[in-house]
Amino acid sequence: MKSSNNKKHLLTGNEAAAEAAILAGCRHYYGYPITPQNELINHMSIRMPQVGGTFLQAESEIAAIYMAYGGAAAGARVMTSSSGPGISLMQEGISYLAGSELPCVIVNVQRGGPGLGDISPSQADYFQAVKGGGHGDYHNIVLAPASAQEIADLVYDAFDLADRYRNPVMILGDAQLGQMMEPVEFRKTPRTHQTVKRWALTGAEGRARNIVKSFYPVKGELETFNIRLQRKYRAVEQEEVRYEEVNTQGAEIILVAYGTCARICKEAIRRASGTGLQIGLLRPITLWPFPKEPLRRLAKKARAFCVVEMSAGQMVEDVRLAVLDRCPVHFYGRMGGGVPSSREILKKVLNILAPEGTLELEIPEIPTELGKGLYFSTIP
Amino acid sequence: MARVSIAVGLCKGCELCIPFCPHDSLTMSRHLNEHGLPTVYFKEDHPCSGCKYCAVMCPEAAIEIFK
Amino acid sequence: MQALYSAPETLIRTPSHYCPGCGHGIAHRLLAEIIDELGIRGKTIGLAPVGCSVLAYNYLDIDMCEAAHGRPPAIATGIKRVHPDNIVFTYQGDGDLAAIGMAEIVHAASRAENITVIFINNAIYGMTNGQLAPTTLLNQRTTTTPEGRDPLTHGYPIRICELLATLEGASFLARTSLSSPKDVSQTKEALKKGFKTQIEKKGFSLIEVLSPCPVYWRMSPVESLKFIEEKMTQTFPLGVFKDWEKTVSAPGGQATKV
Repeated sequence: MKSSNNKKHLLTGNEAAAEAAILAGCRHYYGYPITPQNELINHMSIRMPQVGGTFLQAESEIAAIYMAYGGAAAGARVMTSSSGPGISLMQEGISYLAGSELPCVIVNVQRGGPGLGDISPSQADYFQAVKGGGHGDYHNIVLAPASAQEIADLVYDAFDLADRYRNPVMILGDAQLGQMMEPVEFRKTPRTHQTVKRWALTGAEGRARNIVKSFYPVKGELETFNIRLQRKYRAVEQEEVRYEEVNTQGAEIILVAYGTCARICKEAIRRASGTGLQIGLLRPITLWPFPKEPLRRLAKKARAFCVVEMSAGQMVEDVRLAVLDRCPVHFYGRMGGGVPSSREILKKVLNILAPEGTLELEIPEIPTELGKGLYFSTIP
Repeated sequence: MARVSIAVGLCKGCELCIPFCPHDSLTMSRHLNEHGLPTVYFKEDHPCSGCKYCAVMCPEAAIEIFK
Repeated sequence: MQALYSAPETLIRTPSHYCPGCGHGIAHRLLAEIIDELGIRGKTIGLAPVGCSVLAYNYLDIDMCEAAHGRPPAIATGIKRVHPDNIVFTYQGDGDLAAIGMAEIVHAASRAENITVIFINNAIYGMTNGQLAPTTLLNQRTTTTPEGRDPLTHGYPIRICELLATLEGASFLARTSLSSPKDVSQTKEALKKGFKTQIEKKGFSLIEVLSPCPVYWRMSPVESLKFIEEKMTQTFPLGVFKDWEKTVSAPGGQATKV
């Protein structure tokens, strides 16, 4: 791919992430092979030399995250990527990135766990992405795309957010989003804002020295630092919440789902249209900061929420924390590589509305016209 | 003849400088510095050839040599 | 009055946190002297490890980065790839480099990463109260080998210079000591050669420095210098193990011209 702007490309989500990073000005990528993110590292190995950047296959995910740490400390836009087991290894480095306030973009193409698990789509890394999977009080900014196009768009934003807040940003995809090919149009002019990094390590010529560190051994210093860090997180929560609402006006049941599951929920909504069932969807685009306020607003009108995840129930905890007891929160999840179908979701909705099984619905078959109604037409 | 200058506030009294002085001109003081640590001092009227061995061995960069 | 010896400008002269007689202070001073002499203060970036020298940035007036335990070579790689014309060094202890960070150091050397590594080998974990290090001598008592290091339980000491000398990517490898003024001067020469290796873009350089830890060796600072000379150098022979300028053989090392 030579000139990647301004036309449609058929790309896997992984390749879209890599190409968007290059367009966003990232010239330093460090990674380690792991399925299902291999298209990303492969693409980087071809493209980085073409644009005069650094591609380096590290000896481990641990080394990869710290090479990224070094590049970030040196003031460059850096990216690394992996999947669940590799992200687990990176968690120490991610904590250090947050503690040293370094901007870095990390792509997690989730696979099934725990342990070696499998290489199928999963959303079971929500906790380790959103709650701060490493040690200490910190947050990643976590973006959850739902298509290859949105991966490309959010990668631009990820670099800006990382720079603006000097904080790691994680793109949380999954095996399906990473490996599925879709048309992608890269923004003609990426809306990226590279900031001047006066804190970066460049050599202290003509200025006072810079120190990049997360170590505060003098009593009281670390608490002061943490208070400042938390203030930054409150600002992120104020400014950066993103979500999409579908059909929520007058909906009895609000589905809450992100990424691949959100796409399937949209299909469920379409299949239920005309049946009288009023189903809406709230799709968090930022998983942290989490869209609590919109959920609280919807909780005043909806009869119930149903959270759909490819996990045993992780995001559902945040939904419950957001709405408290204002509205019942149900959960439908598949684990270990299982992907819920729209039929399963609709059955769950019927079960919520009439637990005794009195409500039945003729669920229409999936329209054969693929690509018209089933897939996103409204990517932001 | 050279002269040894010891920054007493930096000295921790480790004595690494003492055995390397070819003129046996360094010894421990009975006085503690402001951090409560014993310190080394240059014996009055002892010679210094400016070999710098004491400064080379000092872990605290407490010793400087002048001529 | 003329100064025959004055503290280097790059060294921040402040009471250090090191124990009396600790070799880190000497090594820091040598580094500062070399940075001054080569005139590279404005373009040098240093990495401090986890261990006693975690606060090295308090004493060197240059851009510095603290690193997670064992990871300085990976971080240095990231920095060097962004600023290839800056001088990047890591300063690491034996636990940091030869235990938890073994993968990072081996692979940085194998990539011929153009960085300089200062490896302080004092055969013990000083920061955490004197536990077994990968370089602890056989029969040496530590807080986790109270009866002395038994190779059947804890294995043998690891010789980093000899190990890395098998890699084509390593350009300059030397082991020196801090046990006498002459050894300190040789250490300085070796460190300077390491920086020269990097400045001339000749690839990976590592200087292993046998350094005293009197407190956790349970001896006086002066005795600790004798321990280096008489005991440590038996297991860790001094010498140049690899030199891109010439082919050099040393005990245990494998000489290869790069």
